Amino acid sequence: MKILVPVKRVIDYNVNIRVKPDNSAVETANVKMSMNPFDEIAVEEAVRLKEANIASEIIAVSIGPAGAVETLRTALAMGTQRAIHVPCEINLQSFIVADILSKIVEKEKPELVIMGKQGIDQEGAQAGAELAAMLGWSQGLFVSKLQVESGKITVSREIDGGLETLSLKPPSVITVDLRLNTPRFATLPNIMKAKKIAIETIETAALGVSLESSIETLKVFPPHTRKAGIMVKDVAELVDKLRNEAKVI
Amino acid sequence: MSILVIAEHDNKALKNSTLHVFTAALKMKPDAKVSVLVAGKDAADAAKDAASVTGVTEVLYSDDKAYEHFLAENMAGLIAKLAPDFSHVLAPANSFGRNVLPRTAGLCRSAVVSDIIAIEAPDTFSRPIYAGNAVALVKCSDTIKFITVRTTAFDEAKKGGAAAPIKEVPAAGDAGLSHFVSSDMTVSKRPELTAAKTIVSGGRGLGSHDQFHNLIEPLADKLNAAIGASRAAVDSGYVSNDFQIGQTGKIVAPELYIAAGISGAIQHLAGMKDSKVIVAVNKDPDAPIFQQADYGLVGDAAVVLPELTKLI
Repeated sequence: MKILVPVKRVIDYNVNIRVKPDNSAVETANVKMSMNPFDEIAVEEAVRLKEANIASEIIAVSIGPAGAVETLRTALAMGTQRAIHVPCEINLQSFIVADILSKIVEKEKPELVIMGKQGIDQEGAQAGAELAAMLGWSQGLFVSKLQVESGKITVSREIDGGLETLSLKPPSVITVDLRLNTPRFATLPNIMKAKKIAIETIETAALGVSLESSIETLKVFPPHTRKAGIMVKDVAELVDKLRNEAKVI
Repeated sequence: MSILVIAEHDNKALKNSTLHVFTAALKMKPDAKVSVLVAGKDAADAAKDAASVTGVTEVLYSDDKAYEHFLAENMAGLIAKLAPDFSHVLAPANSFGRNVLPRTAGLCRSAVVSDIIAIEAPDTFSRPIYAGNAVALVKCSDTIKFITVRTTAFDEAKKGGAAAPIKEVPAAGDAGLSHFVSSDMTVSKRPELTAAKTIVSGGRGLGSHDQFHNLIEPLADKLNAAIGASRAAVDSGYVSNDFQIGQTGKIVAPELYIAAGISGAIQHLAGMKDSKVIVAVNKDPDAPIFQQADYGLVGDAAVVLPELTKLI
């Protein structure tokens, strides 16, 4: 079974986000970038399926500027066999990302796509389900447990009231949640080995996908901040404040 | 302009999330025609419930086994057939809406505007990005605008008044791609987390599974509060995943949020910083949670919480 794992390069989750003074976007210059944490979990899961001899080959794909190659190197060092870079300088909306991925799927013919449930940057949480719809595949979103057998995929999904288990007919798109696994760190020898693997390039023009966005970002601004609170010295003072000042108890 | 709201329900009654989405629908354009789709199995009571919401023009009711467990593949097939009659299709930005709506949009070759928190115009919306550390104002030019709504950003619509007509719509069949196997839902006598007026939330600072329950539960009982948790507490096995508040868990905005032993990672803050009053209890005076708190108390939660429970 071939598995495709889309990975996205995002601002590292530890970085304090700053909005550009002209309100056009979030500042990305001289900011640490990393693989989207949910995508790391997706790569890890695919690698585990390869180690269990369920997957035959894992292909990582990343759509984005030149820096995306670094993210693909990380995926290779974690254990994917191939990597495809789709160069793109603009920030694409999820629907177009799904459209591009559907063309890669047609070309590579994987039976499973495993991806993060959302990017921690734009937080759309859409591309997985849109891709599944475009392909006419089954979908398992927000997955915290994945079991792949021949002809059947079983997923546990984290839903609002608890957990739900579904049986999916392959091929499927799986989007992963935090508790599916703990991603490995790439070891130095594997990082060195990954540097020698040639990364394939596919231009968007060759895929016949329109990059025209139907969602335009007019402005990006900081959220309203809470007014500074106070420190209380003990529980009695806290109860008094809650009762008489905030009037919430 | 006409709006379709995809109802979240349990085949018996509407879930509160739908009432919040309804308020967003009415804000798009006050005199818009608003239809609600109730797709389920033997869900006539849920359809009646939807018909009683103030401002509903009509309820579209589709009764089929394929919709019993709201499988995305089946739901999307039905919604995609109905969507061309509407200018907007709305669902809650929770695990229900985020599963069903993007699949529908994919079938209709349309984008989704996720997780809106404000409506500037019928095609212009604000939505948080980067765990709520920035807000984007976006304009959507799709013919059918697919939108998921952050429920805490809009009040609940009222019920009552004249019941709207219920129109049966034929089912679109079973896509045959997925099957429901089982669910493991948390049963609790406490208020639902996303609807609670008060939340007592614990983090890894509480130290253990037993400490979490021994310290948090009595206070929650006394305040008739829901219980929440940080990701660290869930990962440590103190409580199950559906208690998690934050960027990847639930988004809440209660009147009172008490955070005990939670340091305040930005991912957690993303889920609770719109709460009206925030209380933080932490041993570490430098914990980032204090930056967000209205009332901060430096101290050991194991000492502070029992005392608080006694004094309230």
